[in-house]
Amino acid sequence: MNTTNMLLAAPEFWVLIMACVILIADLFIREERRGIIHMMAMITLVFAAIITVRGDYLSEGLRSATAFNGSFIRDPMGDVLKLFSFFILGIVYVYAKFYLRQFRMFRTDFYTLTLFALLGVMLLISANSLVTIYLGLELTSLSTYALVAFDRESKRGSEAAMKYFVLGSMASGMLLYGMSMIYGATGSMDLADISVAISNQDGDSMILVFGLVFLVVGLAFKLGVVPFHMWIPDVYEGAPAAVTLFISAIPKMAGFAMAYRLLYTGLGDLHTDWQQMLSILAVLSIVLGNLAAIAQTNIKRMLAYSTISHMGFILMGLLPGTADGFGASMYYVIVYSLMSAGAFGMIILLSARGVEAEQLDDFKGLNQRNGWYAAIMAMIMFSMAGVPVFVGFFAKWLVIKAALDAGLLWLAISAVIFSVVGAFYYLRVIKLMYFDEPLTESPIDAPVDFNAVISLNGLLMLGLGVFSGSLIAVCMSAFGA
Amino acid sequence: MSLKTILLLIPLLPLAAAAIAGLLRKQVGRAGSHWVAILGVGVSFLLSAWVLYQQIFLGMETQNITIYTWMISGGVHFEVGFLIDHLTTLMMTVVTFVSLMVHIYTIGYMATDPGYQRFFSYIALFTFSMLMLVMSNNFMQLFFGWEAVGLVSYLLIGFWFDRESAIYAGLKAFLVNRVGDFGFLLGIAAVLYSFGSLDYATVFAAAPGIAGKTVTLIPGMEWQWITVICICLFIGAMGKSAQAPLHVWLPDSMEGPTPISALIHAATMVTAGIFMVARMSPLFELSDAALSFVMLIGAVTALGMGLVGIVQNDIKRVIAYSTLSQLGYMTVALGVSAYSAAIFHLMTHAFFKALLFLGAGSVIIALHHQQDMRYMGGLRKQMPITWITAWVGTLALIGFPFMSGFYSKDSIIEAVAESSRWGSEVAYWSVLLGVLITSFYSFRLLYLTFHGQPRYRVDVGAGEHPPDGVVQHAPHESPWVVTVPLILLAIPSIVIGYLLIGPVLFEGWLSDAISVLPHNNVLEHAAENFHGPVAMAKHAIGTAPFWLMITGFVLATFIYQFRPALADFFKQKLPGIYRLLENKYYFDELYQKLFISRSVRIGRGLWKKVDAGVIDGGLVNGSARLMGNLAARIRVWQSGYLFHYAFAMIAGLIGILAIWVVL
Repeated sequence: MNTTNMLLAAPEFWVLIMACVILIADLFIREERRGIIHMMAMITLVFAAIITVRGDYLSEGLRSATAFNGSFIRDPMGDVLKLFSFFILGIVYVYAKFYLRQFRMFRTDFYTLTLFALLGVMLLISANSLVTIYLGLELTSLSTYALVAFDRESKRGSEAAMKYFVLGSMASGMLLYGMSMIYGATGSMDLADISVAISNQDGDSMILVFGLVFLVVGLAFKLGVVPFHMWIPDVYEGAPAAVTLFISAIPKMAGFAMAYRLLYTGLGDLHTDWQQMLSILAVLSIVLGNLAAIAQTNIKRMLAYSTISHMGFILMGLLPGTADGFGASMYYVIVYSLMSAGAFGMIILLSARGVEAEQLDDFKGLNQRNGWYAAIMAMIMFSMAGVPVFVGFFAKWLVIKAALDAGLLWLAISAVIFSVVGAFYYLRVIKLMYFDEPLTESPIDAPVDFNAVISLNGLLMLGLGVFSGSLIAVCMSAFGA
Repeated sequence: MSLKTILLLIPLLPLAAAAIAGLLRKQVGRAGSHWVAILGVGVSFLLSAWVLYQQIFLGMETQNITIYTWMISGGVHFEVGFLIDHLTTLMMTVVTFVSLMVHIYTIGYMATDPGYQRFFSYIALFTFSMLMLVMSNNFMQLFFGWEAVGLVSYLLIGFWFDRESAIYAGLKAFLVNRVGDFGFLLGIAAVLYSFGSLDYATVFAAAPGIAGKTVTLIPGMEWQWITVICICLFIGAMGKSAQAPLHVWLPDSMEGPTPISALIHAATMVTAGIFMVARMSPLFELSDAALSFVMLIGAVTALGMGLVGIVQNDIKRVIAYSTLSQLGYMTVALGVSAYSAAIFHLMTHAFFKALLFLGAGSVIIALHHQQDMRYMGGLRKQMPITWITAWVGTLALIGFPFMSGFYSKDSIIEAVAESSRWGSEVAYWSVLLGVLITSFYSFRLLYLTFHGQPRYRVDVGAGEHPPDGVVQHAPHESPWVVTVPLILLAIPSIVIGYLLIGPVLFEGWLSDAISVLPHNNVLEHAAENFHGPVAMAKHAIGTAPFWLMITGFVLATFIYQFRPALADFFKQKLPGIYRLLENKYYFDELYQKLFISRSVRIGRGLWKKVDAGVIDGGLVNGSARLMGNLAARIRVWQSGYLFHYAFAMIAGLIGILAIWVVL
C-alpha cells in the first residue's frame, strides 16, 4: 500500500478530519457564535468537492483505481455521486440552519452527525468489498438513528428513532448473514474476487442464491422498498423536518451505489435472479407508495410514501444490468434527491416559530401569501409527478426505457399507470396552493441565503428539464455508456 | 466576446427583455418596460448589423454552430444551433430593425392602454421567436420558432381580450394555422423519416439521393417522394404566410393593435413561410411539380386578394389584403425558382408595408380609433408627416421606378416571364394584372384618407363612444415617437431597392444559402440585361407593368378625386362581382358550412357521450373511487406497532426465499 493509493481516499480523509475538527471546535465556540460551525461545514463540503474533482487517477487514463488492498474504489460513478452528495448536503445545511434556529435546536451535533453520515455515504459509494460496504452502512445508519432523535424533548422523535434502530439492526443482521454466506460460497470479501469466483463455478449454487436474498433484503431496507419500507413514514413524520430533509436526500445516493456495487460488480452473474427479485420489489413499491400517499393528510407522510414509489423507479433502472440502465437509475436518484430537498425545504419555510407545517392544509392559498414560493413548490411538485419539461419527467422516462430494455413490459406499464395515480396527490398540493383560501395571513419570511437556495432549487427543476442533456450525459458516461 | 456569444446574445436579449417587461412589471414600471424592451431589441439590431457588416465587408464565412444538444433519442440529435449565412443575416437585420421601429412607435400608439407592459413583453418575445426561427440550423428549432411566433401572434391578435371579435379572430388565426402546421409537421416527419436527421446541412446534402424515389399515396397514383415532402412543407408555409385557401385568418388578425399588424402580420412573421421555402430551396429544386404548385397558389393569392382589397372600407383591411397579394408575389417568385427575388421582395415589402401600417395607425389614433375610410378624408393638412410617408409607402408598394418596391416587384415579373414552368403563363398574367390592381387600391386608400374633403365631424360633446363619423377632438399630427419610426422606415422604402438589387439578385450574394438548378435559373437572363439600377428604371418605362401601374393611378385619381359617384355606379351595375368580392369569395361561409359546423357537432357529440359519459364518468371517477378505496385500506397496514413492521420484513424475506430457494 503506497501513498498514491491512499490519496484516492483524500475526500474521505478530509471529511473525517473536518468532522473531528468541528466536534472539537464546538468546545471553544460560544453558543451565539455557532454560525461559524455552519460556515466550517460548508467549507468542508466545498473543499471536499474540489478534492474530488481533482481526482488525478483519471489523468493516468484509468477508468477506476483501488486502494487499501482493493477494498476501496475511485471511479467516475463514485465521483459524480459524491459531488452531488456535497452539493445537496450544502442545500440541506442552508435549509436546516433556518429550521434549527427557529426551533432552538441549533447545535453542533447536527453538523457532526451529518458529516459522519456523509462519510459513511462516501465510503458506501466507494466500497469495493463486503467489509467496506458494511462499515459505510453502519456509519451512516448509526448517525441517522441519533439524528432522528435529535429533538430530545419530542416523544414522536424518540419513538421513531427507536423503531428505526430496531428495524435497522434487523436489516443489518440480515445483510451480514447474506454476506457471510457469499463469503462462504466464494471465499472472498472483495467484490472483484467474488465476481471471479462466481463465474468460475458451474451452475447456480443454492448457497449463493440464499445469500443474495439476504443481501437484497438488506438493500431493500436501506432504500425503503416495499415490504421493507415500514420505517419510512414513521421516521419521516417523527424526525424534525431538518433531519427528514437529510435522510430523504443524502443516504439514497449511497443506497443506489451500494446496489450497483453489490449486485453488478459482485454478483453480476446472478443477474437473472436479482432482476426478478428487484422487479417484484419495484412494482410493489410503485403501487403501494403511490396508493398510500393518496390517503395522507400529513405532507411529511405523503412525501414518505412518494419516496417509496421513487425508490421503486430507481430499482427499475437497475433491472437491465446495462450501462444505460445504471445511468438512468443514477440520474433518477440525483434528481430525486434534489426534488426531495426542495420539497422539505418548502416545509421548513412554512414552519412558523415552533410549529412544523406538516399538514397539507398548511399549503392552502400559498399563492396568495407569496406567489414566488408557490411557484417554486409547484415546479417541485410538477417535477415529482413527472410532468414533461420538468426534470422529473426525464428521470421517469429513462428508467421506464430501461425497464423496456430489460424486456419487462408489464413493469413499464404498471409504472406508467401508477405515475398517473401518483400525479393526483402531487397536483393536489398545487390545487391547495392556488385555488384554496389561506388558513393564515401571516407573512412568510426567510433569510437571504435560504431564499436564494430555494429559488435555485425550484428553478433547477425547470432548468435541468429544459436542458436535460448535460446531466443525463454525465450520468451515462459515468458508466461508460 | 466570441462570435458565438454575440450570436447567442442576438436572440437572448429580446427574450430577457420580454421576461423583465412581463414578469417584473411592478418593479420596472411602465417606462422601465419600454426601455428594457427597446434596449434589448436595439442592441440585438446593432449586433445583427455588425454581423452583416462582417459578412459584406470582411468576408466572414458562413457559420454553422451547434450551441446545445438538447436530447439524443433513437440516434437523432435534437439541437439548438445557428446557421448564419447571408440569408439569415439579412432576415435578422430586417426583423430587428422593423421590430425596433415598432417598439418605439408603440410608446405613442399604446400610451393609454392598460396592457402597455404586457404588450412590450409580447413583442419582445416575438422578436426572440422570430430570430430563433431564422437563425436555426435544423428543423426542430425551426419548428420551435414557427410555433412560438404563432403563439405570440395569437396572443397579440386577441390582445384586447374583452372584445368578442378579437377573441374570435385570435381563435381563427390559431385554428387555420393548425391546418398549415399539420402539413408542416408531416413534412418535417417525412424529412426525418427519409434522411434520419433534422440538421439542414445533412438533409440538403442527402437530398439529391432521394430525387428518384416514388411513393404511392393513393392507389394508382405514383408520387415523387420529394414532391410529397415539399408540398407538406409548403402547406405549413401557406398557413403562416396566408396563401389561399389558408389566407382567411390574416384579414381578421387586424383586430390586434396596429403595431402588431405592422410587425407580425405584414413585415416579419407572415414572411416566415417565404423564408422557409427559400431556405429549403435545395429540396424544392428537386421537384418541379411542387414548385408549380407553389407558383399557382401564389398567383391565385396575388391577384385574387388584391381584388378584394378594392372593395374594403376598413383602412387596415385594405392594407391586409394588399399584404396577402404581395405575399402571393413572393410565393410566385419562389415557384419559378427565383428565390432571391422572393427574399428581396420580402425585404423591401417589410419596410414599406410596415411604413403603411404604421401610417394607418397614426391616422387611427388621430381619429380616435376610427378605421373606416368612409369617415376620413382631407387629413393631409393636419398630418403632413404621416401623409408624406404614406405617399412614399404607396409609391414603393405600387412599384414606382426608383422606389424599393419597383426593383423587387419588376424582378419577380421578369423572372416569371422567363420561366417555362408548367402554368407559368397563368402566373405571369396574374402578377401583371396584379400591378394594376395594386396601384388602384393603393391610391384609393391614399385619396380616401388624406385627400378630398373631411367626411368626419368634430363634436366636443360627443361623449366616450361617439357614433361613426364623429370625433371628439380635431385630428392632429401624432407625437414624435410615432412619426420618427415613419420617417426611419420611409428611408429604406425609397433607397433599399436601388442599393441592394445588384448584390442580392444578380451578384449571387445569397448563393451560399439558396441553390438553383441550372435549368431553373430564370434570373440568369435578367442578370445579363442588368446594367445597374438606373438603367433598369429607365428601361421599365417602356414596359407593361409601368403602364398598368399608371392606368391604376389614373383610374383611381379619376374615380376618387373627380367622380366619386362612379364608384357607386359600378357597385350598382356589377352587383354580382361586387358581392363576390365584398364577401371575399365566400371562403369564410364555405369553411363555416363545410368544416366548422360539422366539427362543432362532432366535438359536442364526443364531449357529451365519450368524454362526460365514458371517460369522466367511468374511467376517471371510477378509477379515482377505486384508488381512494385501495388507499384507505393500505393505510391501515401502517399500524405504528414495531412488531407489525418487523413482521412485515420477516414475511417479505420469507416470501422471497420461498420463491427463489424453495421453488
